[in-house]
Amino acid sequence: MKIIAIDRQGKEHTLEGREGWSVMEILRDGGLDVAAECGGACACATCHVYINDGWFEKLPAPSEAEIDMLDMALAVEPNSRLSCQVICSAETDGIKVTVAPE
Amino acid sequence: MSAAPIETDVIIVGAGPIGLFAVFELGLLDLKCHLVDILDRPGGQCTELYPEKPIYDIPGLPIVTGQELVNKLLEQIKPFDPQFHFSEMATGLEKLPDGKWKLKTDMGTELIAPVVVVAAGAGSFQPKRPPLPGIEAFENAGDGIGVHYAVRKMEAFRGKNILIAGGGDSALDWVINLAPLAKSMTLVHHRDGFRAAAHSVNQMRELEAAGKVKFHVASVKAIQGEPGKMTGVTLAGHDKTEWHLDVDTFLPFFGLTIKLGPIAEFGINLNENLIPVDTARFESQTPGIFAIGDINTYTGKLKLILSGFHEAALMSQAAFHICRPNEKLRFQYTTSSSNLQKKLGVS
Repeated sequence: MKIIAIDRQGKEHTLEGREGWSVMEILRDGGLDVAAECGGACACATCHVYINDGWFEKLPAPSEAEIDMLDMALAVEPNSRLSCQVICSAETDGIKVTVAPE
Repeated sequence: MSAAPIETDVIIVGAGPIGLFAVFELGLLDLKCHLVDILDRPGGQCTELYPEKPIYDIPGLPIVTGQELVNKLLEQIKPFDPQFHFSEMATGLEKLPDGKWKLKTDMGTELIAPVVVVAAGAGSFQPKRPPLPGIEAFENAGDGIGVHYAVRKMEAFRGKNILIAGGGDSALDWVINLAPLAKSMTLVHHRDGFRAAAHSVNQMRELEAAGKVKFHVASVKAIQGEPGKMTGVTLAGHDKTEWHLDVDTFLPFFGLTIKLGPIAEFGINLNENLIPVDTARFESQTPGIFAIGDINTYTGKLKLILSGFHEAALMSQAAFHICRPNEKLRFQYTTSSSNLQKKLGVS
């Protein structure tokens, strides 16, 4: 399964997703600059991404905890998610994300 | 100016779990510690990021929250009477002619010791800065004007046109507290909902209903004005409509993020913002300066609290020989040594 990720410089990366891993973990392993300060506990909002090209609507809805934590993210848009809360699966194959500014 | 420099055995930069446990290991060897932390309380990431979240991988504690772990560490190190310098950022480090180190903070505190232990995690917690071009030029513009990430003197904001951004407790608390002083108060947030305490949300809604606060589901897109003198901002709604708002003051409240900060200027060798250390002493490439916990790097490094505890124990042995060059280190166990038990206040 693939994840298409655009970094803060606008460069596109094609990363290999892994079933059950969070998109944050894949981005970090892929060397993209994602702080993810809390390590994936939905507690810091520093793994903020935009979900592109209609993929936002295809994902399971964010939890209330994630919606709350997005209040601490900068430059939030309607397609904002915390990438530690988006889990790779067959349904997310090909998902396109852009790392949000910090 | 500040008080006279304080002399101690070990200066610890960072009062997170690893800095706290270092006090224990150093204390068993009769070494006294002063700790400096930019936060206003101990615990570092444990208390700032996940005080209520359970941790499951602390040996002997099947489940403990971040705050509980910090509380237990504070209890454990109490006999050693560590001295804390909270809400202070370590800003400078210099070597003195006698080989000791002098560490300065942004509050003017000066600490002198033969050993410095950097236990700073990923660096220092600092306010999140909105990604707006040129925002730096409007920061520190003066009392009550320009961009501020904290309110020190409320009076400075009297009679100002104030814009607050954010949806957490800080944002709403300052809307509520500053609205009575302000000429105008505007709050912007990306949604019509808040993660703040319910009573704060209610108070804000009342102020809005009374016309004392204008609330928009919007975000700040640009700041206008000359450097040092902000005149207004461009706001954008959900439908991308943009409009201008005249403001004197912009207060963004998006919590804290971790930046390496002044440690980069301490003259310690860094590798990708981490301090390379040896695994016998956990000393940096500068003798007398040690690094433990998430801030260090070595072959096989794991960023785990338990690894940091181990590093603190080995660092303490090496620190002893620097602080007490003419003394013999007596390695003892807390279970069997009446000497150690006396230090711990249990015998």
